[in-house]
Amino acid sequence: MKQLTSNPFYKFVLFPIGQILAFILGAGITLSVLVILLAYIFRGSVTNLDLVERTLVILPKVLIDGITIGFVYATIALGYTMVYGVLEFINFSHSEIFMVGGVVGVELLRYLEAQGALASMNQYVVIALAILLGMFIAGSLAVTVERVAYKPLRNAPRLVPLISAIGMSFFLQDAVRLILGLTTGEFNVILPKFGTFDEFQTFNVPGVAAPVQLQNKTILLIGVTIVMLVGLNYLVNGTKIGKAIRAVAQDRPTASLMGINVNFIISITFLIGGALGGAAGVLFALKVTRLDPFVGFFPGLKAFTAAVLGGIGNLTGALLGGLVLGLLESFGASYLGVFTQGAFGAEYKDIFAFAILIAILIFRPSGLLGQTVGQKA
Amino acid sequence: MKKFFSDFYAAINKEPWSYIVTFGLMIIGSVLVYATPRSLTAFLILLLSPASMYFLKMNNKVKLFAGLVLAIIVLPVLGIRNIFYLEVLFQICVFAALALGLNIVIGMAGLLDLGYVAFYAVGAYTWAFFGSKQISLLHSVPGAAPANAPFFLENPNWFWLFIFLGIGLAAFAGILLGLPVLRLRGDYLAIVTLGFGEVIRVLALNLDKPINITNGPQGITPIQRPTLPPALLDAVGKLLEPIVGHPVTEAQFYNVLFYFLALAVIIIAVIVARRLDDSRIGRAWTAIREDETAAIAMGIPLVKMKLAAFASGAAFAGAMGVIYAANRTFVSPETFSFLQSIGVLSMVILGGLGSIPGVIIGAAVVVFLNIQVLQTFSLYLSSLRQSDAVIPIINFAWKNLSTQLDPAKYQKLIFGIILVVMMIFRPSGLIPAERRKRELAVEDEEVNSE
Repeated sequence: MKQLTSNPFYKFVLFPIGQILAFILGAGITLSVLVILLAYIFRGSVTNLDLVERTLVILPKVLIDGITIGFVYATIALGYTMVYGVLEFINFSHSEIFMVGGVVGVELLRYLEAQGALASMNQYVVIALAILLGMFIAGSLAVTVERVAYKPLRNAPRLVPLISAIGMSFFLQDAVRLILGLTTGEFNVILPKFGTFDEFQTFNVPGVAAPVQLQNKTILLIGVTIVMLVGLNYLVNGTKIGKAIRAVAQDRPTASLMGINVNFIISITFLIGGALGGAAGVLFALKVTRLDPFVGFFPGLKAFTAAVLGGIGNLTGALLGGLVLGLLESFGASYLGVFTQGAFGAEYKDIFAFAILIAILIFRPSGLLGQTVGQKA
Repeated sequence: MKKFFSDFYAAINKEPWSYIVTFGLMIIGSVLVYATPRSLTAFLILLLSPASMYFLKMNNKVKLFAGLVLAIIVLPVLGIRNIFYLEVLFQICVFAALALGLNIVIGMAGLLDLGYVAFYAVGAYTWAFFGSKQISLLHSVPGAAPANAPFFLENPNWFWLFIFLGIGLAAFAGILLGLPVLRLRGDYLAIVTLGFGEVIRVLALNLDKPINITNGPQGITPIQRPTLPPALLDAVGKLLEPIVGHPVTEAQFYNVLFYFLALAVIIIAVIVARRLDDSRIGRAWTAIREDETAAIAMGIPLVKMKLAAFASGAAFAGAMGVIYAANRTFVSPETFSFLQSIGVLSMVILGGLGSIPGVIIGAAVVVFLNIQVLQTFSLYLSSLRQSDAVIPIINFAWKNLSTQLDPAKYQKLIFGIILVVMMIFRPSGLIPAERRKRELAVEDEEVNSE
């Protein structure tokens, strides 16, 4: 056993993937059992349809939607949680970094389409280019924002950098809108159609009556985020830079006494967080096919909620929080309408995240996986 | 440059000159606004006079008298002459009152509230719900309402009672929000209040089913206004007609009424804030703001004090909400977006956290920027766009300028820049609070004595 745990392949590939699977299965099965139980309880109150049957029919789609959006939230939440771990401050403008990544990726695709190259190129090469460019621009932007708006305020009272971050978030939203408006005359960015990403793959799962349908882009999204999460895990836990990041997060003054260049490490943290956010933006754009400069607000807030849910500052926690929140939101949005017979529906899904956030902060402020953090004023 | 200004300030800050400058600005500004109702410069000169009143040394009674004459007689009369200025003044007053309320929460108690307009919405929807036909329309789908539904309250003068009801409900909402989140640290509190603001907006947007309470995205209209005594209108109208040069309509009287109401809220807010600042509660808030743990150790009841801050901040927003609903006769969820919360926050930050005159000036500057400067700039650009002018060096025709470049729509950019720039270069605001000034002065002395 000891040999196995010290094997790098196990430690950096198998273990994180196993963890992700365990989180998905755990959260998915718990929620599924819960709604099925609820369906049995409320079965008598609904006469015109069989609640249990209806619940079971939409269950696979709900699960898939929840997991997909959960991975997006998890990827963004990592950016929040890494910055929080190192600087103990909520990087409010991270949602705009996410948006910029998405917009840059889609703009590249639109540029390729205008050049006529989009149809002739391999679709996987195209999407990889878009993701890489989104990561690069978003990462550099995150570092720039840190240099301009946060670094001068590093020793100020807590609320000062937070207000600066809110200002930066607003500034970036309208700056992107201005740039898009001036260059293309239109600030809605619509993903051009290409490749086979919209087609469905059908799987026959034993025990489930209807075949489960997965869109190609959903599979791509989940695959890419898993690769990134595994890569991040290796970077943070397996490399020297990761060690330095962890040291700075634990104790900044001591880390600097040990010869770690703290400013450099903080920049690297913003770069990694921003790059993850940018990649999430491109994947999100692939999923929703339409972006505007204000699209980052809700995913950003929910990702923050996810980070708090998992225990802010804790990378595994952000992953768990993202998946749980994505599933909760998907279940809530779909089943609230089913159980209340349409009186309340998916329009309340944005409230769920806040309700969860408030509930966690009241009952378990350290999050699902976090240690108890003292009230640092 | 700096020396020139300080010399200039010292020169006019003496007995005869301070009076001459203040009253000069007041009289010249009034005459200019009266003569050229559309001029921006004239309005700015008039608005400079309260600033000079504040900054220059004068007899306090004279200051008070001049300020009252300006606010109660000169501005409304000029405003009736050109109703646009009255609208600008009303908005300045509304936002100044909101900023003063938020200032109690952020500036005095140090609790960052990012969902402040939620309380404004509570006040506005309170009067919107009871002061309209909405109660008779509870079971009808939005947009398909019967035209002849009756108003719920036959006498619109219930409005006066509802101002107090709005205050109470908003304060109650403040306590309701405060109770669960008070244990949280500053930055968590910010996110939770943001969430609360969004929850209120989403509820307002979606509570048109199963029972139609808020009429959804279309908003509630018409909302009643209190009645004005016709005899008074007649008399004042006859008096004012030769001065303003046109017969005074009822709508214009309503604008004056709401301006006075908003002004009254501001005056009460200023008095309350000043009294609070030096009271036991105010000192407790300062202690909490500076160091929570030490404050608890000194025996300050943390929960009570924080709740008091939330409730008293929310109360002003509630009162303003009721007044706003009656003024517009229409409320919709869009008025209470996150953007508005940040707008009010940027007014507080710009003016100076905890500083009462600073916050009022911050509100005036931001509102003025929003609805006057940016609009003018937008109009200028669109006129350029229609002309054949060309930018000389880069040879760019204005005609080709994208219509997306409309400065009036870039409020977020302005708010964002204000917040970042102020935080980096002048975190205590344009006019720092007295207490902060004293603290900074002590620090300076310590540095100098070393």
